[in-house]
Amino acid sequence: MQATAASALGTNRIALSATRVGLLRGLALVLTKDMLIEWRTRARLNALVIFAFGTLLIFSFALGPDTQLLQRNAGGYLWLALLFASLMALGESFRIERENSALEGLRLLPVDPRALFLGKALGNAAVLIGLAFVLVPVMVGLFGVSISLGFGPLALTLILGCLAISAPGTLYSAVASNARARDVLLPLLLFPLIIPALLAAVKATSVVLQGDPMSQLRSWFGLLVGFNLVYWGLGVALFPQVVEE
Amino acid sequence: MNRVRWAIFIVAVAMLGVGAWLALAWAPPDREMGDVQRIMYVHVPQVWMALLAATLNFGCSVAYLFKKSWKTDALAEASAEVGVLFGAVGISLGSIWGRPTWGVWWAWDPRLTTAAILLVAYAGYLALRRFVEDPERRAVWSAVTAIVAYVDVPLIWYSVQWWRSLHQVQSSPKTVDPQMTLVLRWHAFAFLGLLIFFIWSRYQIAMAARKHELAMPAELDEGARIQTSQAAR
Repeated sequence: MQATAASALGTNRIALSATRVGLLRGLALVLTKDMLIEWRTRARLNALVIFAFGTLLIFSFALGPDTQLLQRNAGGYLWLALLFASLMALGESFRIERENSALEGLRLLPVDPRALFLGKALGNAAVLIGLAFVLVPVMVGLFGVSISLGFGPLALTLILGCLAISAPGTLYSAVASNARARDVLLPLLLFPLIIPALLAAVKATSVVLQGDPMSQLRSWFGLLVGFNLVYWGLGVALFPQVVEE
Repeated sequence: MNRVRWAIFIVAVAMLGVGAWLALAWAPPDREMGDVQRIMYVHVPQVWMALLAATLNFGCSVAYLFKKSWKTDALAEASAEVGVLFGAVGISLGSIWGRPTWGVWWAWDPRLTTAAILLVAYAGYLALRRFVEDPERRAVWSAVTAIVAYVDVPLIWYSVQWWRSLHQVQSSPKTVDPQMTLVLRWHAFAFLGLLIFFIWSRYQIAMAARKHELAMPAELDEGARIQTSQAAR
């Protein structure tokens, strides 16, 4: 069993050594595995990008042709598109583990469950960050916004926001993936929780796009960093309980 | 024990009856808001009780993860459900008060927004409990969810506080008429009795449901640990 599960991870060395793998190495292995699966099923990644793109497009239709309004709210639309797309990405990340009971296999490996959480959450964050960087030019084109504070602060906002979605999202996805009505349950649990992060990310993005006369950017970044610290910490502490049999 | 539970209920209802007279007739009307302010005597204690229930739910959830016991799981379920009830009634009463005072039913003020978000979060928690069949997994997962949701409270609070605030700043007992303070406290204890009665009753239902789910033998009733299923493996 260990050998098959280990080959699912793409290496046989773990099974041979039979000792526990360190946290960082386990994390790297899980992350590599997830990224490899993402790469080999590129159709899913494409679908995700097209879904998010479609969401952005829909907003312009739902809110009319008022270009001023679209320009002012561009940050909000970007984050809503990312949030909706994240639901699909997060759901997928545990659906692949439920197929053929892959999660059971992962649990049998001598890998710390915390490494499993960190690897999965970082993988989800990486997918979301990639998606965010693809969406920014689309947003600039569709809504006619300019990035006043430059690309550096924008990139930092996107990275912090995506990390903030993926930590509680991964934890909740692991919980919801085994429940009935899991597709309804994940947004039901995640949306109220994510509001502080969403608020901070949207505000920070708006400030980056429209300039920062009152220097609010620091406090919104502070909130995002705090949210990340709390939920990455909680995820590491609680995830082992969630996947434990 | 059942007699104690019903005694608490009767005392609480009697206190509410007296409280209605105290709040509507005995306490003086507010200098600026007039009689509308009297809704505060039920609105504020309701929300206090909802917060108390959420805290109890958090405590039980943490306790469950440290030491698995059906009792803490059932108490967590009971307190969440009763807390959502008190919170929903509290918010509705606040809304009724807000219409004549602020001119709107709803305002995006930090306190209201935080309360609404928490209500949705705990409704999600209750939905999760309905959607998981296996009692052990349900207990663990809902405990994790409850902890994650409760820790969010200060974050939600600070994030929405940076919007413009409209809600009244809390009055301290020093600035209001002593009659008002007394009526408020009277109601707080009445609702505390009601809260205890509701949670206690709901806890008994939850324990009965667990026993039914697990077909727990009668002699395990006292300890009621999860050892039954662990020993079976």
